[in-house]
Amino acid sequence: MSASAVFICDVKGKVLISRNYRGDIDMSVVDKFMTLVMEMEDEATLTPIIQHGNVTFCYIKYNNLYLLTTTKKNANVALSFSFLHKIVQVFCEYFKELEEESIRDNFVIIYELLDELMDFGYPQTTDSKILQEYITQESHQVEVQARPPSTVTNAVSWRSEGIKYRKNEVFLDVIESVNLLVSANGNVLRSEIVGAVKMRVYLSGMPELRLGLNDKVLFESTGRGKTKAVELEDVKFHQCVRLSRFENDRTISFIPPDGEYDLMSYRLNTHVKPLIWVESVIERHAHSRVEYMIKAKSQFKRRSTANNVEIIVPVPQDADSPKFKTTVGSCKYSPELNAVVWSIKSFPGGKEFLMRAHFGLPSVMSEDTEGKPPIHVRFEIPYFTVSGIQVRYLKIIEKSGYQALPWVRYITQNGDYQLRTS
Amino acid sequence: MTDSKYFTTTKKGEIYELKGELNSEKRDKKREAVKKVIASMTVGKDVSALFPDVVNCMQTDHLELKKLVYLYLMNYAKSQPDMAIMAVNTFVKDCEDPNPLIRALAVRTMGCIRVDKITEYLGEPLRKCLKDEDPYVRKTAAVCVAKLHDINPILVEDQGFLELLRDLLGDSNPMVVANAVAAMSEIVETSPTALKMLEINSATIGKLLTALNECTEWGQVFILDSIANYSPRDEREAQSICERVTPRLSHANAAVVLSAIKVVMKLLEMMDQSAGFAGTLVKKLAPPLVTLLSAEPEIQYVALRNINLIVQKRPEILKHEMKVFFVKYNDPIYVKLEKLDIMIRLTNQANIAQVLAELKEYATEVDVDFVRKSVRAIGRCAIKVEASAERCVSTLLDLIQTKVNYVVQEAVVVIKDIFRKYPNKYESIISTLCENLDTLDEPEARASMIWIIGEYAERIDNADELLESFLEGFQDENAQVQLQLLTAIVKLFLKRPTDTQELVQQVLSLATQDSDNPDLRDRGYIYWRLLSTDPAAAKDVVLAEKPLISEETDLIEPTLLDELICHISSLASVYHKPPSAFVEGRQAVRKALPPRSQSGEGEAVQAAPEAPVAPPQPQATVIPGMDSLTGDLLDLDLGGPSTYQPPAAVQPQPIGGGSMDLLGEGLDSLLGPSPVSGMDMGPGPRGGGVGDLFSLAGLVPTTSYVPPQETWIEAGKSKGMEVNGTFSRKNNQACMELTFTNKAMSPMAGFAVQFNKNSFGLAPGILNINTPLAPNAAANVTLALTTTGGVQKMEPLNNLQVAVKNNIDVFYFSCQVPLNVLFVEDGEMDKRVFLATWKDIPSQNEEQYTIANVEHSADTVTTKLRNNNIFTIAKRNVEGQDMLYQSLKLTNNIWVLAELKIQPGNNNFMLSLKSTTLDVYPGIYQSYDAIVRS
Repeated sequence: MSASAVFICDVKGKVLISRNYRGDIDMSVVDKFMTLVMEMEDEATLTPIIQHGNVTFCYIKYNNLYLLTTTKKNANVALSFSFLHKIVQVFCEYFKELEEESIRDNFVIIYELLDELMDFGYPQTTDSKILQEYITQESHQVEVQARPPSTVTNAVSWRSEGIKYRKNEVFLDVIESVNLLVSANGNVLRSEIVGAVKMRVYLSGMPELRLGLNDKVLFESTGRGKTKAVELEDVKFHQCVRLSRFENDRTISFIPPDGEYDLMSYRLNTHVKPLIWVESVIERHAHSRVEYMIKAKSQFKRRSTANNVEIIVPVPQDADSPKFKTTVGSCKYSPELNAVVWSIKSFPGGKEFLMRAHFGLPSVMSEDTEGKPPIHVRFEIPYFTVSGIQVRYLKIIEKSGYQALPWVRYITQNGDYQLRTS
Repeated sequence: MTDSKYFTTTKKGEIYELKGELNSEKRDKKREAVKKVIASMTVGKDVSALFPDVVNCMQTDHLELKKLVYLYLMNYAKSQPDMAIMAVNTFVKDCEDPNPLIRALAVRTMGCIRVDKITEYLGEPLRKCLKDEDPYVRKTAAVCVAKLHDINPILVEDQGFLELLRDLLGDSNPMVVANAVAAMSEIVETSPTALKMLEINSATIGKLLTALNECTEWGQVFILDSIANYSPRDEREAQSICERVTPRLSHANAAVVLSAIKVVMKLLEMMDQSAGFAGTLVKKLAPPLVTLLSAEPEIQYVALRNINLIVQKRPEILKHEMKVFFVKYNDPIYVKLEKLDIMIRLTNQANIAQVLAELKEYATEVDVDFVRKSVRAIGRCAIKVEASAERCVSTLLDLIQTKVNYVVQEAVVVIKDIFRKYPNKYESIISTLCENLDTLDEPEARASMIWIIGEYAERIDNADELLESFLEGFQDENAQVQLQLLTAIVKLFLKRPTDTQELVQQVLSLATQDSDNPDLRDRGYIYWRLLSTDPAAAKDVVLAEKPLISEETDLIEPTLLDELICHISSLASVYHKPPSAFVEGRQAVRKALPPRSQSGEGEAVQAAPEAPVAPPQPQATVIPGMDSLTGDLLDLDLGGPSTYQPPAAVQPQPIGGGSMDLLGEGLDSLLGPSPVSGMDMGPGPRGGGVGDLFSLAGLVPTTSYVPPQETWIEAGKSKGMEVNGTFSRKNNQACMELTFTNKAMSPMAGFAVQFNKNSFGLAPGILNINTPLAPNAAANVTLALTTTGGVQKMEPLNNLQVAVKNNIDVFYFSCQVPLNVLFVEDGEMDKRVFLATWKDIPSQNEEQYTIANVEHSADTVTTKLRNNNIFTIAKRNVEGQDMLYQSLKLTNNIWVLAELKIQPGNNNFMLSLKSTTLDVYPGIYQSYDAIVRS
């Protein structure tokens, strides 16, 4: 279950930096990587796992970079991919952005990081906040020698001791994204809510936090079945949450990391009325023009408002001379997306708006057939959760006994929100 | 200022300049120089010439500089082993530095330098670091033990590092425990001696489960993977492990989730399937699996490949989750294709309407491969859900109307399968198909169309014209089209003999005379002979009723599936291949699921009635992978089942029943000696005792060695069926001698035997048992084995995995085939050839064995070995010693040469073996030993 080596290559497959962890493969095998990717792409058999002789590559692409691990064994590939995505995150937190230039600019520190992130193919410390305590951007001087922070190997490996704030505050954002897939004839094929609780923690010392939600399982077990509660289907927690405690009595208790992080995520499969419903009528007159009639309807309570709504309607690649007419908002043709973007700054609940678009088509048909990309919708509804989830309390206990202020915010936004067109 | 400036110098004499800077007195300048060296190394320049100068910089208190020098050492030590020794002192010193960061750095780096001379010095510092007061050092040292073991296993095992490593499992720090577990799993994989020492027991499991709650996400993966290798003593222990593992299903890291799923899937086997505990456990698995599909696409891909295994093993887990596998427009193609596969597996009567609507949508997309697979999927739905077949067919017809070339071709291919499943039901569409004859240019589509025409020749008025049109370009066709065309025309002739005689003669002569494809020629000859000797028999064979194809396709064979379940989240689970198929070297243990809990089994079957597990019974005809389907049509046409046969191989010997027997009898001359069938109890020896009798009487010339029967399946584990058996060689064929004993209360019937792929391609012949087998009765059977089955290298080489079925259930066991039953009769080598071969094989291939304590003379040994097809080619007497030179040949044509040295007065024989294939030696030696002692 181990990686022999990690490589970061540019878009042409040239190695920018690499680290050989096990010495059991010839490092030059990576030269074959790009050829293999291209061959498989041609044959349409490309997968993120490529076998070459007895070496297996697992790769991800980020910006213009390929990050890959190689192995000769029956490695745990879920681990390999999680790790690759994790190192992208660490590098981003170190260098703001991970790209060819930031690698060249920081190669010394990248070598240092690669040494800490993985040993003999086994991922080690990957928490960038902790790494930053002993692998720092500026070089160490003799006087103040770095030591491994006790955090690295503590049971609480995500928070250092001795953190101090003048004002103790916690910000809690409950963000729900709606994933929706609607068929061309208007049937909802899939609808799910993916929620996330994000925190920004500015607390001193080693605080113990307990978060209370209107969790249906909890309410039922404590006999409060009647109050409005939400059934969380698959809850995932950050490292810091005591999973066995949650399994036992559904208590979410934890010592939070410092600063910003995602505390938990959950998923609900309940069918909700699509918040923004889009109907489209498309009339194609071959060789001359294509006309669109798009109707958007907000299907949430009147007192809520969706902000920054964008309805992205795909149009043929060879469309030209756009003309729009709309009752509200503005329309823009963006050829790079092959789409019309209809933007509505503020879209109150229970309303319905209309947009018409007209495009010319060339008299000569293009050779390549086009797919039928779906309509995408973007939106953001503040002070509202579509699932009805609520934070009932956030208790903060620290031995010094300070008072801390929790702030809670709710937002519902689009996730993967697609409506197929006919 | 950024580091990129270090890359800029490309002047000549750079190395020389760097040398000067490295030796500079100024610390800053030195540091800059080392950075330049590392920069050059990074871009691939060879800076090994600076080795001594860089190593000189190693003694510094500057941490960053030290790290860079260490990095340099790791890269170049191997090319400069003599110089690398200079660094040892500093390493050893650094291992005692007051700063734990430096101690850890030193021990970590030392382990990465794979130079023997350095490794020698690693022992002492490593021992200290394993007991270091700082957990950061201990966790680094734990991994270092695995590194050292990789370089020098003997050193690690002799110097007590394994014990030290094991002690770390009780460490107070969870991360140390996690790394120790990782190191242990790795060591155990390669070393059997270490396995004994480091095996996880129920005491260590407790420690691991405690550490699981506290260590990092990666540590959790190491621990879970190692728990997955542990077999609990009983159901209670399995339950308590599951209770403590299931919280991990809520972890945000997908790798932790998948490893937890692996543990649960494995332990579920041990539980009472009907009890509530297993039920709740199964319910807990669905949500995390679904959530994995919102992860990054690469992780989705790994998850989907694993879900494919999981739904085959336990379809109930995801049976209500069809919708999450619907394809999204922006999914990468590899995710789309995997989702499609799983959609088909989950299709049932309840959701077929939705699935079909989706598939139809996909079939109009732009991505050709995705569209093709979608069209195939529609066909598979039709085969799987009978009630929907009509809808599927009309959907396919709609798609054919689009006239999109590749859509039409795919549709034709799947319609052929639909005809196989529902014969005489949808022929009305044949005319539509015929309209599109011209657009078919892919071999598979052409072959399918030809099959349809041949099969329904009597209803297609112009079938002869259509087939004739294909015949024009016969030589240019792909082999599968040629084969299909041959069969189709023969069918046509048998159905309409009057006006097609010319056509059939034409195709037979094309196939037999103008083709150099042996498959085609053979098939042509068989047909020709059949038609000319006995047209009635030909009709029975060629037009025999074909077995219906089963609904589940592409199923993974059950023992392999079980093995893959144990490898969830690893590469094997993505490739759907056992690790031995792609990992070099020895795989110490083949993983297998624990045996299912007995009590709940009956109910379990009821709970999952649509469980698509196809037991490997010879009667069941499973459609082979789509690609190989037409290749197999010959076998299908002749009525022989083709379960798990390699697709391309045309069986030279009949292995199935039905019309195949007819062929065998009718065509003796063509097929050579009639193979021994299972019921042949013949005059051959039955068991040792009788055989000896015969041999005394001089009736039977040879008695080959037959080991005593062993118990392969105990009655207690198999609902009352006891199977004892051994192997023998009879009538020039390897045989399995089986005794079935019914120890249950009710009679048994429906016995069948199937083998997994094995090293020698052994496959069972016909099993003939007088059924029903009454309670307390036993049946002795000799099962002839062919060597034309699927080949896959096993560990050990002679391992054979067997499935035995009766009317109650399927049972699995594995046994070892004594190699002597695979020694063939024509294994006698010509003297000169022997001499030349002996010289040709390099001497490092020669291995010596001792056969101790035998009381034989050279002559008696020669006879004994001769009876087992080990042929003595020459005998020499050198200084009172008898030297016997012998040869033997295995069924797979591996020759082994041997030299047997016999000294008078010494009871130990020396055996030297020489062959190009070294793997067979242990088995050959075992056989020699057994034969000589028999």
